[in-house]
Amino acid sequence: MSITTVKPTGTPGGKSGPSELQGARLPRWSPYVIAVGSLAVGCGIGLAAGLDSRMQWGLIAAILFVAVSYGLSATVEGTRQAKDRLATSVVWVMFLLAVVPLASLIYETVKRGSKVFDGYFLSHSMGVVADDEAGGGIYHAIIGTLEQVGLACLIAVPIGLLTAIYLVEYGRGKLAKAVTFFVDVMTGIPSIVAGLFVLSFWILILGFDFSGWAGAMALSILMMPVVVRSTEEMLKLVPNELREASLALGVPKWRTILKVVLPTAIGGITTGVMLAVARIAGETAPVLLLVWTTPFINTNPFDGAQGSLPLYIYQQYQSGNQAGYDRAWAAALALIAFIMILNLVARGVARWKAPKTGR
Amino acid sequence: MAKRIDVSGLNAFYGSHKAIEDISMTVEPRSVTAFIGPSGCGKSTFLRTLNRMHEVTPGGRVEGKVLLDGDDLYGSGVDPVNVRRTIGMVFQRPNPFPTMSIYDNVAAGLKLNGSYKKSELNDVVEKSLKGANLWNEVKDRLNKPGSGLSGGQQQRLCIARAIAVEPQVLLMDEPCSALDPISTLAIEDLIGELKERFTIVIVTHNMQQAARVSDRTAFFNLSAVGQPGKLIEIDETERIFSNPSVQATEDYISGRFG
Repeated sequence: MSITTVKPTGTPGGKSGPSELQGARLPRWSPYVIAVGSLAVGCGIGLAAGLDSRMQWGLIAAILFVAVSYGLSATVEGTRQAKDRLATSVVWVMFLLAVVPLASLIYETVKRGSKVFDGYFLSHSMGVVADDEAGGGIYHAIIGTLEQVGLACLIAVPIGLLTAIYLVEYGRGKLAKAVTFFVDVMTGIPSIVAGLFVLSFWILILGFDFSGWAGAMALSILMMPVVVRSTEEMLKLVPNELREASLALGVPKWRTILKVVLPTAIGGITTGVMLAVARIAGETAPVLLLVWTTPFINTNPFDGAQGSLPLYIYQQYQSGNQAGYDRAWAAALALIAFIMILNLVARGVARWKAPKTGR
Repeated sequence: MAKRIDVSGLNAFYGSHKAIEDISMTVEPRSVTAFIGPSGCGKSTFLRTLNRMHEVTPGGRVEGKVLLDGDDLYGSGVDPVNVRRTIGMVFQRPNPFPTMSIYDNVAAGLKLNGSYKKSELNDVVEKSLKGANLWNEVKDRLNKPGSGLSGGQQQRLCIARAIAVEPQVLLMDEPCSALDPISTLAIEDLIGELKERFTIVIVTHNMQQAARVSDRTAFFNLSAVGQPGKLIEIDETERIFSNPSVQATEDYISGRFG
């Protein structure tokens, strides 16, 4: 890739100098200079006025940047270009404002979490470690979260997929409308309510014990509507012409759905499922009610309390000493990394499975 | 191979709206029958009733009889899937399956139905692509995606896909309306070859095309917007275009319509 710049050439008649079509323009590098300048002035004002918060420095710089670009452009280029610059600079400032919390969250988590985040931390439990003692790890919590989320997926993904297929491909009339309505209602269920429901039904009425499985059931209630909604939208995007083309070949409807509709939408469906997983992996409330917690490694999700990452973070933070804080941050880092890896996998699958357009 | 279609007293509905009314005609085997008429007169709807694709549309409903060599397509116990295996269809816009390669697109009818032998598949694909005059253009890139072809090639790919399942009848719903004149010519030549083996019904808005490719032409019309479409007449193409027996046909063909 080479960048070629097209220099404005004179008119065919050989007339030199700016034509009527060319107006006065600010040089290309002007936005960067204005940005650096306003940042410097913003910091200067902040220092001079003795403002403590770096946030205020940044805000002053941002406002300066927007105002200076508009004013400069209005005097040199005219009002229409000035409005264009105003919109562009507002978009940039808003983008930076949106990125700041995200970037600082990741920075903070990595900085504080990496202190105790190592192979030992990932491969050991809290079994014989006292709260205020350094050491220990999250192995038991990773096992618990993986099993609970995995079981929740096993319940929620098939039900969610089939519900979405019913709604898009078969559903007509009252039943479909009712299903859509209840899926919408389910989307709004607070996680603690899902936890309470399973608690009263599974543990109090049926008399089962706390277990990862009970937590997985509550998580699947939270996951299902997300899967249904995203899958439904993806299936609706599949052009009807493809269904008709397949049906016209004498392919039965169920095979059309399985072999034509689902493969066409599989990238989007995978992304939707991964987003749903990301949503439930950080849930604390149902886990607190249903799985309880243990510092020991319990690999059997059907028997007794299990660890889990969100609850581990909460407990370590609650212990109120430095060793606990370090472990909490490291566990938060592990949770973020887990969800990020899932997202990357989903993007990879989506790209790999996306309908191909190349020649 | 080719079979004849006898239609008698056919009505088709979308919900409570009657789209076509009381159509009776015969489609001769090993010939090309063209449907012409203004937009909205029910040509495509009628075409879709011939392989039971009309009922795929929500609210789609059909009354009357369609006999394929004497067997009623709408008789009780008739499986629409079997009907569609016998009567293939090519659509207005090329619609190759985007997830499949050129090879898989042609083989789709057999593969998706699960009844094929691997050894036969290569022969079927080659034969169908040759039948659709596409083999020479794609034989070196059979495993490339079908959506990478040009519009005209995609439409011929769809024709290859339709003839790969060896139907008795091929329905074509304005197959050239999205194509340039050269691709149109390629497909018209193809129709001329295919009629040796199949019964072909083609819907077209292009009167010259109907005159060029068809043996018989049917003219459809509707008395007013919202009224059901009707079959005005069906006759040898030459007669329809030189000396039609109904005044409305002559008006439409000579451009004096409306």
